[in-house]
Amino acid sequence: MKITINGTLHEVSATTVAAVLEEAGFTGKLATALDGDFVPAGLRATTPLTEGAALEVLAPMQGG
Amino acid sequence: MPRFYGTDIDSALMLGTAGYPSPAILAEAFRASGAGIATVSLRRESGGGQDFWALIRDLGVRVLPNTAGCHTVREAVTTAQMAREVFDTPWIKLEVIGHADSLQPDPFALVEAARILTEDGFQVFPYCTEDLIVCEHLIEAGCEVLMPWGAPIGSGLGLNNRYGLRALRAHVPNVPLVVDAGIGLPSHAAAAMELGYDAVLLNSAVAKAGDPVRMARAMALAIEAGALAHAADPMEARDMAVPSTPLIGRAFL
Repeated sequence: MKITINGTLHEVSATTVAAVLEEAGFTGKLATALDGDFVPAGLRATTPLTEGAALEVLAPMQGG
Repeated sequence: MPRFYGTDIDSALMLGTAGYPSPAILAEAFRASGAGIATVSLRRESGGGQDFWALIRDLGVRVLPNTAGCHTVREAVTTAQMAREVFDTPWIKLEVIGHADSLQPDPFALVEAARILTEDGFQVFPYCTEDLIVCEHLIEAGCEVLMPWGAPIGSGLGLNNRYGLRALRAHVPNVPLVVDAGIGLPSHAAAAMELGYDAVLLNSAVAKAGDPVRMARAMALAIEAGALAHAADPMEARDMAVPSTPLIGRAFL
């Protein structure tokens, strides 16, 4: 299915948030949101992806 | 020294982590500043996030994540939830920006987001204006710290409304207050502390100085001087001269 990850369209075979993080190669300290809602780390494995979903994968960054 | 949500902090300087010439200079500036709190953010992972996190962790300071760039309650709340998980802290510097040019807070959305986050267990540090009524509403929403701006973010203009900041200090004598944003010079930071503020949060003034490490030290000294001056109960200013040397015993020549 096609989903957007951090604003870029991807064709993925994964069907959950946890699986798509692995498929796309994300590791380390991360937080996820799907279609604007926070997905806690503990719920990633059971949160399904749907066609056209928008996944945000955020990491620590500099800030003021 | 400031106490935020029951946590004592060893320094009244809170320092941002953005815009330094290099990670090494960031780390050295933090050491020179003695800052006890570092502000950080969350951004789309594009490779640098993990190295940045390692750098911040090694600073040995407490981390205050922000919701910079959020313009709506929903964005700010979701960002705060993500930040709590990543940084493992209930602290959140809540920014809900109302205007792209001035980066002025949207006080209505700020109060709403503060209430939602407080009810969800967050300890909210709201980036706000010095408006007394907005600040009252933030306190009612559960905020135990207020962070009014000195001037627009990144402007370096100093304390644009010293009268308003002084009025807020008098209005909420028991709420920790931080001047957040607008500081450009150590004299601005000292002035905030002389008003009786508990801390100063700054970033660009250090990061964008020609020598960030030296400026970090200058800020630390200014903040210490301002805090000492406030504790020393400064003399009242007046319009007319008063001779400081005694008149009695003056020679007739």
